[in-house]
Formats: sequence, structure tokens, C-alpha cells
Amino acid sequence: MIKELPLRARWYAVLLCFAVLPGLASAQLKIEITSGVTDPVPVAIVPFASTGGADNGVDVAEVIQSDLEGSGRFKAMARSAMTSTPSRAQDVQMATWKAAGNDYVVVGRVTALGGGQVAVDFELLNALTGQQLANPRFTGTAAAVRDAAHRCSDVIYEKILGIRGAFATRIAYVSVEGSPPAQRYQLVVADADGANARVILESHLPIMSPAWSPDGQWLAYVSFENKRSSIYVQQVSTGTRRLVSGRAGINGAPAWSPDGHKLLVTLGGSAGTPNLYVLDLGTQQLTRLTEGPSIDTEGVYAADGQSVYFTSDRSGGPQIYRIGLEPGAKPRRVSFESAYNARPRVSPDGTKLAMVTQDGANYRIAVQDLASGTERILSHGRLDASPSFAPNGAMIIFSGIEGGHSILQRVSVDGQTSQRLRADSADVREPVWAPFAH
Amino acid sequence: MRKILSVMLLASVMALVACAHKPPKDTGASASSQVPAAGAQANGAGANGAVGAGGANAAGGEDIGGPTEGILAQRTIYFAFDSSDINPEGTALISAHAHYLVAHSNLHVRLEGNTDERGSREYNIGLGERRAQAVRRAMLLQGVAETQLSTVSYGAERPAVEGHDESAWSKNRRVVINYVQ
Repeated sequence: MIKELPLRARWYAVLLCFAVLPGLASAQLKIEITSGVTDPVPVAIVPFASTGGADNGVDVAEVIQSDLEGSGRFKAMARSAMTSTPSRAQDVQMATWKAAGNDYVVVGRVTALGGGQVAVDFELLNALTGQQLANPRFTGTAAAVRDAAHRCSDVIYEKILGIRGAFATRIAYVSVEGSPPAQRYQLVVADADGANARVILESHLPIMSPAWSPDGQWLAYVSFENKRSSIYVQQVSTGTRRLVSGRAGINGAPAWSPDGHKLLVTLGGSAGTPNLYVLDLGTQQLTRLTEGPSIDTEGVYAADGQSVYFTSDRSGGPQIYRIGLEPGAKPRRVSFESAYNARPRVSPDGTKLAMVTQDGANYRIAVQDLASGTERILSHGRLDASPSFAPNGAMIIFSGIEGGHSILQRVSVDGQTSQRLRADSADVREPVWAPFAH
Repeated sequence: MRKILSVMLLASVMALVACAHKPPKDTGASASSQVPAAGAQANGAGANGAVGAGGANAAGGEDIGGPTEGILAQRTIYFAFDSSDINPEGTALISAHAHYLVAHSNLHVRLEGNTDERGSREYNIGLGERRAQAVRRAMLLQGVAETQLSTVSYGAERPAVEGHDESAWSKNRRVVINYVQ
């Protein structure tokens, strides 16, 4: 999608130096459930069989259990209560599992295929009817067993709830350690459950506004490493990155076009008036989208790519506006519920808008139904910020302050379930949920 | 884990310095900001790798001490919530630095705008810039040359003090006058 530019010889030296650095994250996120549905689906996830260490030390059933329970919509049977551990559907004595109160039973196994490849197979069984609902196989390297476990969770979630699961996805976030003025900023990429956290950029000056490309391969972000804001795009798997905007004044709020060819950016110029521009990543051509002395920022494309939602204080305080991409288009205000609405994010299906809204003395995450205009506040914190939709549209991840620290939180769009993702030592913020892997 | 990471980062910084033919002049930026992905390719990364980055500004100068006599030792102008209006104390401080800059036309300052943490982060970048620009305009009105002034907004990203209440917020809503090379 993004053409790599020829390397300049002088950067080879730098490149070799970077190559020795493993990107371990210093702060691991832990998930805690803060609210769940009152009638979670009871399910037994039997420990998977593994032949000859094929599972690479990953407890597949435990990963699935953690995913499903972490969603707030399932309750897993305790292992200690299981009287047998079948790994194939034909070995399941359904009456026993049904009598133990389970609606569903999951059995499976990990087998070595040779050549470093392994297969994860499982059967999802309806404990009430005995019917087999799914028996997929995921194959990959031994290192990908954990990812395969998340894919199992995705299938189970979808078969039972009718919503595509988003467990086998990733998030990016900013982690900050140390006290002012000596703070350290890290850009981290992790699995959706917080595991496998990896630092992809570190600086003693701020890093902010990460944004995933539509193919989930690149992150655009703002870095102040040169003591002014600049926008970079970085390929997550290789670390390859390009400076795409280091113009005078503010370079901020990057957001990708749905085709991944353009970035919506905020540029302040030397006069310091932030306006929205479309930056073509292929030609570097800039097209101005908004005018005037107001703060226009935090642009994001509508799902169809034909218009843009953004924050502007043109009417006084910050509110959300929508503007078409055609020349001469005029912005139209779309938020009215509060004196402060900012940072719009569009749901993957294009029907909802998440935003930061002032609610009394608090800043919270609200979701507006775009067809009806009705709004609902989903979070309960004092200083909630940076909402980002899961690629299945069912959850929103955001940041909030708790116990004096910035933590990540997730809430389902129906408001029924929520979880906390806390790091031990760092403030974590600006979470962005990656799109589904293709 | 944190210690290991620090050691690895330190090692890589040293390796970077050792590898580069000419260490970058602005070591603060280049040596501390890293792309540590395994097998990383820094494709045009860094200040010199500008791709389509026309008109890069000159705000990245190295900090120098600047004057310390009397009121000039003070470098911070504070603001009310959601405001870029300069209060009388701020006006006096700006005026003192403006006179000094007029008398020392070889000196440059970077005006760093900041906000408290409330609300959304990129909107706060806009607010911080508005504060820095207000100080810049006040200095221009007092005869400081445009070439002596640059602005940057850190929004809520670089608080002066930690804390999540008004006592911290009031210290973080500020413009810092930073003398640079």
C-alpha cells in the first residue's frame, strides 16, 4: 500500500544498530472485569490435549476462557469441577456436562504437523441438544498457538452470540513512565487482551495519536522527538517508518482514508490556526479541507470515505462537525448534547459516532446513533478520553484516570459489560483498536 | 523487566552513536527516540529523512540557559481554564523578556504552549498553540523580531506537575519561554 522509498546510504548504519533491539514492553496490561451481563452463557472449556509439546506451552483452553469471560458475556466452568477431560466430541458424555449447568462444551487438541507447523482443532457442542456447532482447524507455526486460541474464541463468540469476535486482533497505545519533566513515552502494540506487548517507538518527548492503517500493517502517529510535532507512518512488523509531515506549526491528528492511500491531518502552519488537510501518501499532495481561525482537528473519515467528522470550536466550545470532501463543502454541526464534544470516531458499520463529552464536571465517552441523533453516555469516569471502536463494532476501548493513574477501559456499545486494562507501573492511554487482520 | 529494557536501550543508544559516522547534532532527539522493532528498518527516519515535509520549522533548537536576572529568571505564563487571555502577571513577564530579546537580537526563544489534561488530546494541542501564539503576538507587538520566536504546542502531553485536580491543572495551563540556540 505504501511504497517504500530508497534508503539513503547513511541510514544503513542506523538500521543495523536498531536491528539488535528486541521491542519488549515494560508494562504488561492485565484485564479485570468491571461489569458483566446478569445472565452470562455457561460454558465448559475443557483443557486441550497436546501431543509432544505441540502447544508450545500455551494453555489454549485458558486463553479461550480468559477471552470469553473477559467479554463479560460468558461464565466458564471451573476446571476443578470437571470429572473428565475429553478432547474429542465423541468422547464427551454430554449428560454429565449438561447436569453441571453448561449450555455449551468446548473440546479440542493441539497436534504437531511436522516442519514446525501445528494444528489447533476444536469442537463446539450444544450441551442441551448435543449438536456440534463448529469444528474448525487453525494451523500455523508453534509461535502462533496463542493467536490460534484467540481465533477459537472468535468462532465460539460468533456461533453463540451472533457477533463476530474480535479476540484475534491487536491494539496500540501510548505508555508513559516517570514523573514530569523526566517522562518517557512509548508506543506499544499488543494483542487485544494485552499480551505480547511490544514497544515500537520510545522517546523522552511526547508520542501521541496513533492510528491504524485499514490493512492493520501500519501505524500513523505524532512524535515530538525533534521538539516539534511531526507525523510518521511506521510498518509495525518491520519498524520501517517515514516522516510524512514535519511542516511549520502543528502536525497532528492523523487518520487514514478507508483505501489507505491518504491521511487526514491537522496542520497549524506558522500562524497557529489548526485546519484539516488531506495528505496523499503517494504524491505528497495536500488538499485543504477547512478554513478559518477556529481549532479544527481530530478529523476521521465516515465509513464510506465521502465525508469527514472533526472537532471544531467555531461555535465557541468544541463540537463535532461533518464536512463533505467536495470543493466548497460547508461543515454541518452534528453534536448538540453538551457544551464540550470532541474526538469523534466512527463505528466500523458507519452507524454510530463515539466522542468525548462533558457530563457535568466529568469527561466521558458518549455514542451517538447517527440516524436518530440520540446520544448515550457509556462511561462513568472523571477524565475519560480517546474512544476507539473494536473492529466488530461491539466494544469501545478508551482511557480513564483511576487511582491517580491513566488506565485503559473497554465498554460494550450496549453499555452492559466493561473491563479495565491496567498496567503495573506506567500510565497507559490513547488506545486504538486495530482492524481485523485480512 | 524495566531495568533490562533500560540496559538494552542504553546499549542501543551507545551502538547508535558508535555506528553513525557523524552523531546527529541534536542528540536529544535522535538518540532518545528509537524504533526498536526487531529487524527494524529506519526508512528515512529522523529529522533528515523528511519525505514531503516541506517547510520544516526551526523550533527544534537546543535549549540554552538564557538570562537569570530578576524577573527574567521566571519563564512561565499561566492561564485560566480554556482561555488564552494573558493576565497582568503574564503581561509583565512577557514584557521583560520582550525587552531583553529586543536588546539581544541574536537570541531566540521557543514558546511552548501547554494545557491541563481535561478533554481530548489533539484539541488540547490546538489550545496550547493558541496560548503560545498569544504570547508570540504580545512579544511581536513589543518589537521582538519574528525570526527570534518560534512556537510549539505540547497540549496536555508534558505536564509540569503530576496530579488530576485543579491544583495540578492550574500549574499545567502554561506557556514556557525557552531560550534556544
